[in-house]
Amino acid sequence: MAAQPGETGATAGTPIPKAQRAVFWNDPRVRGIFYQIIAVALIGGAVWWLASNTIANLNARNIATGFHFLGREAGFEIGENLIDYSPADTYFRALLVGVLNTLRVAVLGIILATLVGTIIGIARLSKNWLIAKLASIYVEVVRNIPLILQLFFWYSLITEFLPGPRDALNPMPGVFLSNRGLKFPLLAHEFAYDLALLLFAVGLIAAVVVGRWATKRQDATGRHFPTIWVNLGLIFGLPIVGWLLAGAPLTFNAPSLQGFNFVGGASLSPEFSALLLGLVIYTAGFIAEIVRSGIQAVGKGQTEASLSLGLTKGQTLRLIVMPQALRVIVPPMTSQYLNITKNSSLAVAIGFPDIVSVANTTLNQTGQAIEGVAIIMAVFLTISLSIATFMNWYNKHIALVER
Amino acid sequence: MATAVQQPSDAPMILLEKVNKWYGDFHVLTDIDLSVKRGERIVICGPSGSGKSTMIRCINRLEEHQAGRIVVDGVELTNDVRKVDAVRRDVGMVFQHFNLFPHLTVLQNLTLAPIWVRKTPKAEAEATAMKYLERVRIPEQANKFPGQLSGGQQQRVAIARALCINPKVMLFDEPTSALDPEMVAEVLDVMIKLAEESNVTMLCVTHEMGFARSVADRVIFMDRGQIVEQNTPEEFFSHPQNERTKLFLSQILAH
Repeated sequence: MAAQPGETGATAGTPIPKAQRAVFWNDPRVRGIFYQIIAVALIGGAVWWLASNTIANLNARNIATGFHFLGREAGFEIGENLIDYSPADTYFRALLVGVLNTLRVAVLGIILATLVGTIIGIARLSKNWLIAKLASIYVEVVRNIPLILQLFFWYSLITEFLPGPRDALNPMPGVFLSNRGLKFPLLAHEFAYDLALLLFAVGLIAAVVVGRWATKRQDATGRHFPTIWVNLGLIFGLPIVGWLLAGAPLTFNAPSLQGFNFVGGASLSPEFSALLLGLVIYTAGFIAEIVRSGIQAVGKGQTEASLSLGLTKGQTLRLIVMPQALRVIVPPMTSQYLNITKNSSLAVAIGFPDIVSVANTTLNQTGQAIEGVAIIMAVFLTISLSIATFMNWYNKHIALVER
Repeated sequence: MATAVQQPSDAPMILLEKVNKWYGDFHVLTDIDLSVKRGERIVICGPSGSGKSTMIRCINRLEEHQAGRIVVDGVELTNDVRKVDAVRRDVGMVFQHFNLFPHLTVLQNLTLAPIWVRKTPKAEAEATAMKYLERVRIPEQANKFPGQLSGGQQQRVAIARALCINPKVMLFDEPTSALDPEMVAEVLDVMIKLAEESNVTMLCVTHEMGFARSVADRVIFMDRGQIVEQNTPEEFFSHPQNERTKLFLSQILAH
């Protein structure tokens, strides 16, 4: 270790002219290390400042930290709950109700917004002038009005303009539309319905089997099988046959007016309906544009090549255009799914008990602000990362191979 | 497809009668009359914007003509979707920009139409595809994606893809003009071999005059939407009749 490797090179015999070394602060590697040191120092400083500040303030106000409060009795009502809940339950259970409410609106919102958005996106590309214009107007109106205004609009439309329960609109037997929300009948418990449900599951499995068999047969003999129609028959026909065989009973658990409100049946609250409606209509506008740009991103040459090979328009859309459009659609679609989930927190403005609303009440009652906010952040981070992970996996699955 | 079998062998493969087409006010094709015999090889040239591509794209109805008749192997192209499908099943097309399907492998590109249009069993379609890949001399690329191939290789795959539907007519729309110069020869070689080894009817829009000389039965010169002159390659190149043809030839043969 007598000398540095760089210096021995010059004495080794081969007279390689040594490049002039740059001044060390002009070396990109040195600069890179320097910048990283500064970044770490800044972040560390910020964390230290936040933490020490928080601890000092908590001590000054004599607030104990920790999540022990989760086991205590919540003591407040929650308007809507998917699982049993009463004020005597714990804060933990209250928060769980909030999480489930958030998930319910987010999952339904994602599914419905995707359907509506796809239809409107395709409609905007329609050769029919009227359809295309209507779709354009929808997109321009919906995405240029702030979401919270739209939520207020739908909520006031439902609560102000619909009649009270006594004069509820009754568009069809058993369905009531009032300012208390939408009430509709549920099927009562009958053997025939269980049988139909069972056969529905059997039909689904059979459909998968038929699909595989049809692919195999097409590979082997070239003959095509009307898979879609047969499978639709299996999935929906089997339950209907089972229901008919069991005597075709029709018994409902219908809502009925008792006193000032309805009992029985199932209901959608005004808050949930307004939130879901607002989220779906708003996000569908963005999804429509994503779908449209995705389809337009597939070159005209692809369609021409496919048609020139003799494939029909439907086959061209299914086998050539859609698979390529999807790879353009999926990444921005992920962002929209995340947006729906996060925008669902605007529920607090119209009184739907989502996680933000419940956590807010919790932190007001307990004073555990840091824990409350941490729980909200953890919930949204978990949902968002799950969606992102799934969509990234799907995106990789359909991505193109180039070089 | 029953109509195709009953055609007498001396009936023209492709017949265009007084074909006219407009893009808005622009008259792209004016009174095109053309009769192509079975197995005939035709090279179409002319300045850009003269309607060459539009004309051959009308033959498989990627473009619609607005007046006149187009008959391919006894089937007249009308608004009838079934007739359009019948014609497209017998007409292969090779594009300037290849238009391979980037999400499918080379082999899947080739077997797509046989499986979905001809309803061929997969194994059989793959065997046929490999045969054509060998003919265009790239069987080793079968499981790659188009994005992994060079331009010349992609165009050879595109030719093989069109051949896989076993067409009676092959349309080539400037097949070498998007290629780097060193790749033009490999694509032309494949096309020349195709002309020598099969009796498929070929219509080729190209400015490769060497290819026209060695393969074409007839050279057609188009300008401003009209067929200005047509002749055998020897006569066409040595004794062009029309002033516009002479000007065009002097421009492309100058260097």
